[in-house]
Amino acid sequence: MKTLRQVKVGNLAKVVKLHGEGAVKRRIMDMGITRGVEIHVRKVAPLGDPIEITVRGYELSIRKADADMIEVE
Amino acid sequence: MDIKIALAGNPNSGKTTLFNALTGSNQFVGNWPGVTVEKKEGKLKKHDNVVIMDLPGIYSLSPYTLEEVVARNYLISERPNAILNIIDGTNLERNLYLTTQLTELGIPVVVAVNMMDVVKKNGDKINVGELSRQLGCKVVEISALKGMGIMEAAEEAVKAAGGTKTVPQHSFSGVVEHAIAHIEEAAVHNMPLEQQRWYAIKIFERDEKVLEQLKLDKTVLAHIEGDIRAAEKELDDDAESIITNERYVYIASIIKGCCKKKNAGGLSTSDKIDRVVTNRFLALPIFAVVMFIVYFVSVSTVGTIATDWANDGVFGDGWHLFGIGSSAYEEAAEEYAVPGAVTEAFEAAAEEAGLDPEDAADLETTAYLYDDDGNVEEEIPVTYDTYLEAAGQEEPDPADFGVWVPGIPVFVEKGLDAVNCASWLKGLILDGIIAGVGAVLGFVPQMLVLFLFLAFLESCGYMARIAFVMDRIFRKFGLSGKSFIPMLIGTGCGVPGIMASRTIENDRDRKMTIMTTTFIPCGAKLPIIALIAGALFGGAWWVAPSAYFIGIAAIVISGIMLKKTKMFAGDPAPFVMELPAYHWPTVGNVLRSMWERGWSFIKKAGTIILLATILVWFTSSFGWADGKFGMVEMNDSILAAVGNAVAWIFAPLGWGHWQGAVATVTGLIAKENVVGTFGVLFGGFDEVAENGWQIWSNMRAAFTPLAAYSFLIFNLLCAPCFAAIGAIKREMNSAKWTWFAIGYQCLFAYGIAFVVYQLGMLFTGGGNVIGAVIAFVIVAFILFMLFRPYKESNTLNTKIKIKAGA
Repeated sequence: MKTLRQVKVGNLAKVVKLHGEGAVKRRIMDMGITRGVEIHVRKVAPLGDPIEITVRGYELSIRKADADMIEVE
Repeated sequence: MDIKIALAGNPNSGKTTLFNALTGSNQFVGNWPGVTVEKKEGKLKKHDNVVIMDLPGIYSLSPYTLEEVVARNYLISERPNAILNIIDGTNLERNLYLTTQLTELGIPVVVAVNMMDVVKKNGDKINVGELSRQLGCKVVEISALKGMGIMEAAEEAVKAAGGTKTVPQHSFSGVVEHAIAHIEEAAVHNMPLEQQRWYAIKIFERDEKVLEQLKLDKTVLAHIEGDIRAAEKELDDDAESIITNERYVYIASIIKGCCKKKNAGGLSTSDKIDRVVTNRFLALPIFAVVMFIVYFVSVSTVGTIATDWANDGVFGDGWHLFGIGSSAYEEAAEEYAVPGAVTEAFEAAAEEAGLDPEDAADLETTAYLYDDDGNVEEEIPVTYDTYLEAAGQEEPDPADFGVWVPGIPVFVEKGLDAVNCASWLKGLILDGIIAGVGAVLGFVPQMLVLFLFLAFLESCGYMARIAFVMDRIFRKFGLSGKSFIPMLIGTGCGVPGIMASRTIENDRDRKMTIMTTTFIPCGAKLPIIALIAGALFGGAWWVAPSAYFIGIAAIVISGIMLKKTKMFAGDPAPFVMELPAYHWPTVGNVLRSMWERGWSFIKKAGTIILLATILVWFTSSFGWADGKFGMVEMNDSILAAVGNAVAWIFAPLGWGHWQGAVATVTGLIAKENVVGTFGVLFGGFDEVAENGWQIWSNMRAAFTPLAAYSFLIFNLLCAPCFAAIGAIKREMNSAKWTWFAIGYQCLFAYGIAFVVYQLGMLFTGGGNVIGAVIAFVIVAFILFMLFRPYKESNTLNTKIKIKAGA
């Protein structure tokens, strides 16, 4: 299973499924990361975590641990 | 009957700007009951009967974050007459997600598309008519920043308040609609028609807070559960995700129909800025520079000048207007240093010999000039002749130089003397009330400078980048990347540091920051460090750095321990944060935000600071002497008696004498008072130098180095000064949390000082078994808490009071 965490900076990925449950999953989805949406991984923070992505036309930062819950292709 | 309009929208959508533009100065700022979330209300300009309620900025109406629960509780229980939903036109997709939820509430909704000027500038097009048709509610174009269309939007909302309820236009997929229809019929059919759909969708999502509120019958629940399961099975996802997914699918279809983007390629200005600012290599240096500027201006230079002016000028002796005459006075004071020391030394010697200095022709003595560390700089032999010469010179009075404005206490004292005021009343007014008011207001100028920076950093978008850059370090201790600023400011003064925690969105991170910020040694604790280092460690270089090290360690340890306690374990803290586009904030908004925070400190923290100052003044200047109650020296005061009674508590820390206890209490007014109090108690000096070198030898008699170090640790970590406690109370907005914070700090301080003293004694061969055993138990407990596994909570457990009905 490939997750958002493994996507290299500068690349695009399409969300296949969201794993996990409850608050974190809901929050991720509320912010627009839902099935089928395209995510552009923009950069990694200077200390290596979190990462910055573009989704639905705006910028979002998300921790690598949470990015692991997002299955992509 | 007033018309209530709720202003709802995403964070960074321009909601605050719109609210300020609609209400002007007619605002009331407070907190939602019992929580740290800010609540703002205001009257619409030119409409006295229209009240606008500014809801917290939210992305959704989920049951998981405090802001969202506060907002939806307000919407469903208070039921405002209309909702004005502001959405960011440059980011329609995500903003409309909240809109789809708001339209389900059965309350009239008016959508205001903000930043239309930017949208047009980008060459994008939004078909407002089509959007309105799709959403089923009125849509207006505005630019909150430019003031375009805002009154029209508000008037539309007022009009809508009297009109029909907004009916949601979109439907979910067949199987979901089927389940929702069943739920409406089975569970909520006795509710008002327009509210049924929202509740039904929430029940479908298995929203805990709604289920708890409705207390549905078990058989009904089981029946509903069957429908939900069927939908989940068919769509291969959990119910909550199905709803979220379908909302976004629906929004995508709307956008296609009514929004045309000119081009997707090309970097915007904001993108270009961000490429530099959060660049892998440049981000940390830029961050350091920004932090340096904030610190340098708000703590080192302007902030200190402002605080000194407020404390020593307005609430002290007085000040030179615009600094005119300050330098001339300082020069004169410097020149007077030698004659002053000569006069003082001779008069002291004469008094000792029982002579009148005017007649002591044969007396000879030596005057000493000291530097700041108490070293003798110069010895001057004094004879009767040199004394007379020196005494002939007048001590310079700052009032004779430049334009002198006397401080409030001086002014009031003159007035009280003129009316022959009783000395206790004079003391109460000057040392109790005015000193207390001074303690509140003295911090305000510096705070305003800091808040100006914070408001700027927040509204330009950099604050979110700070969290982005620093998150990795801080999240380990249950803090946010944004906790960096409160901690940094805390090295100058804990009061603005605590107030700066307001910029942290997450409730848990914010509370944790409030509780731990004052562990960092602030400016007022430096004299204590200097006193202990000088008196008992020969000014050793390592004492001050070790104090900072202990402060930082205390934050780290407390953060890790506290996040596992019951008080904190409740709330989830997902870090999925929007990085808003950079933009230039308006002067008005920045100033307003600065003033709001400053004022809320004065109002909310002021009372507690004032009362506490008066209490300590009273107990330290009244007591029994010569068999009757009255004003006494501190040695005979109530405080000294209390100090005596509680001194045994501190015996295990190595300083079980009443002076230590008393100094700790007076340190609560302001930490630097510890030095002054020791000056009085150990040497009878009314005034000592900042590092208290006059009493160093007496201190050595009362403290062993180890005991002094434990005293230092306790005073650095225990409850902060009243001003900071007031700030904690203001920010926590709850008596329970304030007491928890103060109690934890004191207990933690006691524990650490205990461990250091007892183990120190053990290793230097003077320990006792019981003390050492307890110390090891404390260490073991802390280690246990540090390494105990910890699981992030997945639901919001904070209880939020809802006012039932409207």
